[in-house]
Amino acid sequence: MELLDVAARLVAVLLAFLVLPLLVGQGEHKVMAHMQGRVGPMHAGGFHGWAQLVADGVKFAQKEDIVPAGADRRVFQIAPAVALIPYLIVLIAIPFGPDGMVGQVLDAGILFVLAVLGVGVLGSLMAGWASANKYSLLGGMRTAAQLMAYELPLLLTAASVAMAAGTLSLPGILAEFEWWWVPWQLTGAFVFFTAGLAELQRPPFDAPIANEEIVFGAYTEYSGLRFAFFLLAEYAGIVVICALTAVLFLGGWHGPAADSLGWLWMLLKTAVLAFLVIWARVAWPRLRADQIQRFAWTVLVPLALAQVALTGVVRVVIA
Amino acid sequence: MSGGNGYLSPSGQEIVFVLTGLVVLGAAVLCVTTKQLVHAALWLVVALGGLAVQYLLLTAEFVAWVQVLIYLGSVVVLLLFGLMLTKAPIGPSAEADSGNRPVALVVALAAAGTLVTLVADAFRTAWIDLDTPHGESGPIGDSLFRVWVLPFEALSVLLLAALVGAIVLSRKDTPDAPDPAGTPGTTGTTGTGPAKGGGR
Repeated sequence: MELLDVAARLVAVLLAFLVLPLLVGQGEHKVMAHMQGRVGPMHAGGFHGWAQLVADGVKFAQKEDIVPAGADRRVFQIAPAVALIPYLIVLIAIPFGPDGMVGQVLDAGILFVLAVLGVGVLGSLMAGWASANKYSLLGGMRTAAQLMAYELPLLLTAASVAMAAGTLSLPGILAEFEWWWVPWQLTGAFVFFTAGLAELQRPPFDAPIANEEIVFGAYTEYSGLRFAFFLLAEYAGIVVICALTAVLFLGGWHGPAADSLGWLWMLLKTAVLAFLVIWARVAWPRLRADQIQRFAWTVLVPLALAQVALTGVVRVVIA
Repeated sequence: MSGGNGYLSPSGQEIVFVLTGLVVLGAAVLCVTTKQLVHAALWLVVALGGLAVQYLLLTAEFVAWVQVLIYLGSVVVLLLFGLMLTKAPIGPSAEADSGNRPVALVVALAAAGTLVTLVADAFRTAWIDLDTPHGESGPIGDSLFRVWVLPFEALSVLLLAALVGAIVLSRKDTPDAPDPAGTPGTTGTTGTGPAKGGGR
């Protein structure tokens, strides 16, 4: 019985991992197209090209898997898996609804999620180094520099929410959630979401894969399924960061009729945030690597520290 | 554990613990013996990750996630960043060997021997009950900020000193000296690395 329950939860998490990133990818096709006054892919599958990503997947699977002659073979081949799997593992801890609609309740859920997300970056670094390509190496270095700068604000704002709730467990935080946390933690929400965007190397923080400067950064030498895994990791990352922002700052499944419709609120909030991620790609030009560093250390870190201070003061006052 | 504590008839957790320990040991040995710099860093990832699994098996959940967050997510990333900055080549780098191998081996064996004897002797009769979690964040926070608050604060001061030291070392006060790493990205990040370690 218990084994069946665990298996059902794992299958549900796996399904979410397989379906949600594709939805975000398709959403990106369409949202970008309409924002740029075009229609986007329209043929695959019939209705508005819904099967475009499936077709892309088939194309990737048919392509030859090439390892450059000068590359470090094994590291080069493992890198895509290292980049992708952490996002699957993270989904286990994110609550999608009330009453235990979560893969696994973890006592230190926030720490777990941020820790495992940090491991995924090793994939990009391994790819950047093992490709034996100077553009890949540059991309890997930019990735590492960006990551070290943006992990601190990410952790600080997550810590602010944990302070507000008095627990590190994600379902625990949602159980404590009140509506006025949203304005209270608004600065933190901005910092967390922005830092998450930078962690995913999404525009405007995509200097590590800037295709006009360094071809495609760490992923330059990849082809076929391994390249597709890196792309999938990016979209899975969008899902994870948006879901985390929704859980930590927007109340997750809280909403009208949360008992029956909680999962819907959670998905809606995640979808709106994913829309913002796509919008940012269309709206803003790319920041330079040095601008990215300055933004992290002179804007986000002070804002995050101010949010932590505010959270502490309010907690002491109302306690 | 049920039915007495002994070395015969080990439980499943104990078997997994020993196997993980072997993986950690193997990865650690490979880390110091491989001739390829980046491979050494990646073997370090395996060794540190294996340690996190061992913490988990001992029900120390909080410590396990902190281990992953700090060591895998930050320290190894910093190491890899440094290796990339110095253009660590693909393939063996022979000049990385310093000829200190025998001395290092002696030191390592002596340290390992001392630690194993000490720990085994100190905890010979101590048994941990794996059915109740020991490492939840609540009790750890309690003991950290009630019982162990002085060492905790002393550590903070140590980290602050390291942070200030890193800033002093990385500053160039001679204005006319040529700046070899003149790109804004690299100068910005050399300062960030130690700052982050200190911030935690």
